[in-house]
Amino acid sequence: MENAQPTTAAKALSGKPAGFFAKLARQRALVLMSVPFIIWLFIFKYLPLWGWTIAFQKFKPAKGFFDQQWVGFEHFAFLFQDERFLRVLRNTLAMSAINLVLGFVTAIVLALLLNEVRQVYFKRVVQTVSYLPHFISWVVAASIVQSTLSPDGIINELLSWLGWVDKGNEILFLGVGEYFWGIFGASSVWKDVGWNTIVYLAAMTMIDPSQYEAAKMDGANRLERIWYVTLPGIKPVVIVLLIMQIGHLLEAGFEPQYLLGNGMNVDYSEVIDIFVLKYGIAQGNFSLSVAAGMFKTVVSFILLFAANHLAKRMGESRLF
Amino acid sequence: MATAVTTTTAAKPRKQSRISSSRGDRIFDICNSIFLILLMVITLYPFVNTAAVSFNQASDTIRGGIYLWPRMFTWDNYAYVFKEAGVFHATLISVLRSVIGTVVTVFCSAMVAYTISRQDFVLRKFVTIAFILTMYFNGGLIPNFLLIRELGLLGTFSVYIIPGIIGVFNLIIIRSFIDGLPESILESARIDGAGDFTTFMKIVLPLCVPVLATVALFTAVYQWNSWFDVFLYNSSFQELSTLQYELQKILQNSNASMSARTAGDAFANAGNDAANAVTPMSVRATMTIVASLPIIMVYPFLQKYFVKGMMVGGVKG
Repeated sequence: MENAQPTTAAKALSGKPAGFFAKLARQRALVLMSVPFIIWLFIFKYLPLWGWTIAFQKFKPAKGFFDQQWVGFEHFAFLFQDERFLRVLRNTLAMSAINLVLGFVTAIVLALLLNEVRQVYFKRVVQTVSYLPHFISWVVAASIVQSTLSPDGIINELLSWLGWVDKGNEILFLGVGEYFWGIFGASSVWKDVGWNTIVYLAAMTMIDPSQYEAAKMDGANRLERIWYVTLPGIKPVVIVLLIMQIGHLLEAGFEPQYLLGNGMNVDYSEVIDIFVLKYGIAQGNFSLSVAAGMFKTVVSFILLFAANHLAKRMGESRLF
Repeated sequence: MATAVTTTTAAKPRKQSRISSSRGDRIFDICNSIFLILLMVITLYPFVNTAAVSFNQASDTIRGGIYLWPRMFTWDNYAYVFKEAGVFHATLISVLRSVIGTVVTVFCSAMVAYTISRQDFVLRKFVTIAFILTMYFNGGLIPNFLLIRELGLLGTFSVYIIPGIIGVFNLIIIRSFIDGLPESILESARIDGAGDFTTFMKIVLPLCVPVLATVALFTAVYQWNSWFDVFLYNSSFQELSTLQYELQKILQNSNASMSARTAGDAFANAGNDAANAVTPMSVRATMTIVASLPIIMVYPFLQKYFVKGMMVGGVKG
């Protein structure tokens, strides 16, 4: 079947319009089954790209396209002098980096520990429980985080039980900007660490059991076997995932920051997507907002392609 | 390829050599178990605590000390939430968008996946590339918003369904599943004179049930959990609000009030209605449980399908 495909493609491209259309007519059922969705795709995914022109205009929603005033890269120039945007960029990169490092380390450690569990039933229960928070919405998660961290929440209670915090003097965690990145990192780990182990656990099952036997013969203990057999065994997967994650460097997430953000931690919680939302929808400054969004998309696009290419060069499976 | 991968999730080889478990081994096992149990506690405690608060009398909750179970059990919070806050209607919308959105997405994705699995389809390359390219970019918030507005979808229910009819990810995993089906079955249908649409409906769809179940599950969870599209497109249309959005509004309110107050007088102005039957804290806990209950209920039973989908999508493409 694989061989048939290049020939049809070659035929289609070789420029025999009559043959092409005849075939198209013969396959009208397939055409009818896919073309409506291509139109849908064009409208919902490609047409909005047209909206990027707004970034180069002094956009007034009431005016038509040809009546807009064109301003070139003015908005982009403004963005990179705007203190707020630079702060937003810093927050985005910082939280993305936290997510990357913390996410990888915790997921790998948990996968290693799960892999060492001998009782199948216990392992399955731990897995089931740890995957659960991945499926609840960020709204629910944010609500839980908020009440956990509130002055009368469990964290403050634990701290005062330990004597680190005085009663009546509880820490308002979400009210201190400097804590926000940590809170974000911890909530993200809480929500996704279990789910992120799946791919590593699968990679661990591919490791040849005889390697463990050999390590045991050589007198390696559990930790040494983890260090010298399991970790090297999943190294390729880790590297590919790491590279691909770098393609998402500007995707620090939007929901946790938006849902947990407030006036007091805004200097640390605001990321590019929130900036876009606030400037665009709330303040109606579409041009600046689109410029910021476009900056993010273009940089992500480049990063993603570079990452994908790099991962492919490493000889592993690509994004697709 | 895809089918080969699914088997690995269940695999649990080695670890049969239990004969020589040294002392160090046992210490490791014990520490490991303790750590994993602690992890489960940290994962589950917030849910249990929230549930306990939601079943506890609101005026009593303020005194604190509610941990694992309610001190003064009551259904009042639920009664309040469903009666007063328009939550019942929001639940209905949430269910509707989950069901309709899932059915539409699964059917349409499967249909397009079938067309691009047909090696001799003349538009195969074009359709595939057109879809895959969209993984790399999007128009962004404002252009999308303007598009939805131009199309007149603001304030409609279809804005929950139409923009997301087909996910590229779904397309890829369904197509790789179809690629793994025995060609002879499809061939025999064609010899019997079935057209492509009939083949799809009568042969491909039934055979694809396993992968479609996975896609359906992910789509349903996605639809149930969505709040941002409600916020963005329908925030001024109360009759189209969903559970998640109602909870988000509560969250946003308590964010705002947190900015306004100091740590000391937490919820001092709580329970502003005369009966003092509920407090913002109890309402939020109750809403949190209502908004996550369907997922918590079905999740343990369907977990393996979720994991299967993750593996198929993660490795093959």
